[in-house]
Amino acid sequence: MSDAAERNWRSATDETPLVRGGLILFAVAGIALLVAAPLLTVFAEAFAKGWFAALKSLGNPDALSAIRLTLTIAAFSVPLNAAFGIAAAWFITRFDFRGKAFLITLIDLPFSVSPVVAGLCIVLMFGANSAIGGWLVAQGYPIVFALPGIVLATMFVTFPFVARELIPVMIEQGCKEEEAALTLGASGWRVFVTVTLPKIRWALLYGVLLCNARAMGEFGAVAVVSGKIRGQTATMPITIEMLYNEYLSVAAFSLAGLLTALALVTLLVKTVLELRHADEIAATHRH
Amino acid sequence: MDIDIQEISKLFGTTAALHPVSLAIPSGALVALLGPSGSGKTTLLRILGGLEFPSSGRVLFEGQDATNLTVQERRAGFVFQSYALFRHMTVFENIAYGLKARPRAERPPKLEIARRVERLLELIQLPEIGARYPSQLSGGQRQRVALARALAIEPRMLLLDEPFGALDAKVRKELRQGLRDIHDATGLTTVFVTHDQEEAMELADLVVVMSMGRIEQIGRPQDIRARPASNFVRDFITA
Repeated sequence: MSDAAERNWRSATDETPLVRGGLILFAVAGIALLVAAPLLTVFAEAFAKGWFAALKSLGNPDALSAIRLTLTIAAFSVPLNAAFGIAAAWFITRFDFRGKAFLITLIDLPFSVSPVVAGLCIVLMFGANSAIGGWLVAQGYPIVFALPGIVLATMFVTFPFVARELIPVMIEQGCKEEEAALTLGASGWRVFVTVTLPKIRWALLYGVLLCNARAMGEFGAVAVVSGKIRGQTATMPITIEMLYNEYLSVAAFSLAGLLTALALVTLLVKTVLELRHADEIAATHRH
Repeated sequence: MDIDIQEISKLFGTTAALHPVSLAIPSGALVALLGPSGSGKTTLLRILGGLEFPSSGRVLFEGQDATNLTVQERRAGFVFQSYALFRHMTVFENIAYGLKARPRAERPPKLEIARRVERLLELIQLPEIGARYPSQLSGGQRQRVALARALAIEPRMLLLDEPFGALDAKVRKELRQGLRDIHDATGLTTVFVTHDQEEAMELADLVVVMSMGRIEQIGRPQDIRARPASNFVRDFITA
């Protein structure tokens, strides 16, 4: 078949091979330059003095403490934010009330406010000089420069992720299935567990993974509230910065590599789950 | 079970979806709520099912005030316009849902649930499809599964919102007869909403013509045809 005849078969939305090739090249170059190259650099720097040096730097007590702290923060803030996110999305999509647009804006606030400002707010509210903070310190429960403050700061920054993923999905799905379950005699809680949760589980999983990645990587807000006490309140990102400023580049990049690997693992988990449940995802979307 | 609707009205904000309407439905009747969109027919059906609550008025089931019964307490088998099947569950699980949702003391044992689901699948003449998901069914099959799911809870009445709305003409005719057969076999008081006057006239014992939140006429199909009560009814049934 001649070129001219083939071109006639092209659908209206197809581009010419030249334009297509150009766009693909542009996209690949962008990803390579902006995403892949920096990631590779992190690992290259980490292993600059060999595997052993990299692993040894991770075995340092300060590094271990930072890893433990970061995982602890994620373990607190991700489930709490998932619960808040589900509640907020439920409230916003199932009820009509005055001030709904304002509430949605409020949920998005952490995206637009600088994390440093968020950290300062927590210091002002719960610091030793504030009324609440002073009382809590007197009781022996300091918030700022301690784990609770870091968890609060992380939760503030990662608050929108779950709700933002769920709201459009829940609006699109509507609540007919929930109504059907109610007419069949199910209680509100049973409807939530057996109908709503299965309907939103993929959006929820995606929101939780994003939330988790950001919770482990948060720097600005945590830098303000943590006080950066080495071995106590220094998270992985903060320890990385401190090591880097001290010209300990193998140690800094090894920890950075581990943080990157944790993020890559969450993405891998998501991909594997999606592959394994591909049929079911297709089934729930087609209907 | 007979249903007595007394002066029911419904406001959404300041707009009236239903002006006070009254309607007595005898036990075992097959009733059509007929009207154009915005006539309040679906609102009335949802009030019967307990999915909306009236702004004023009362609903009596068998002479007992049922106005404040929750949706679960009504035990109304409800078939939704787009069926609202649980897409992540198989047909079997969909039909068994209402039985499994019962409190432990009233819940039939597993084998009994399976037996009842099988019997319902036979009633809707789809005995082989228990293991399939809703997305693997045709529109007509989905409608029948939704009907079986509603019947599984041993409802006191059957409420259907545009049950044939999403189907093509041929399937619609078949399923009309299917609904008539199931109504006659179970003897359940059945109320369905439709905007299709032919469907209402052919299927129902009693037709309630509605417009703009008011009931225009209540009567047997042949009586409405012979003596339309208003210009609106005459225009609507000849359209």
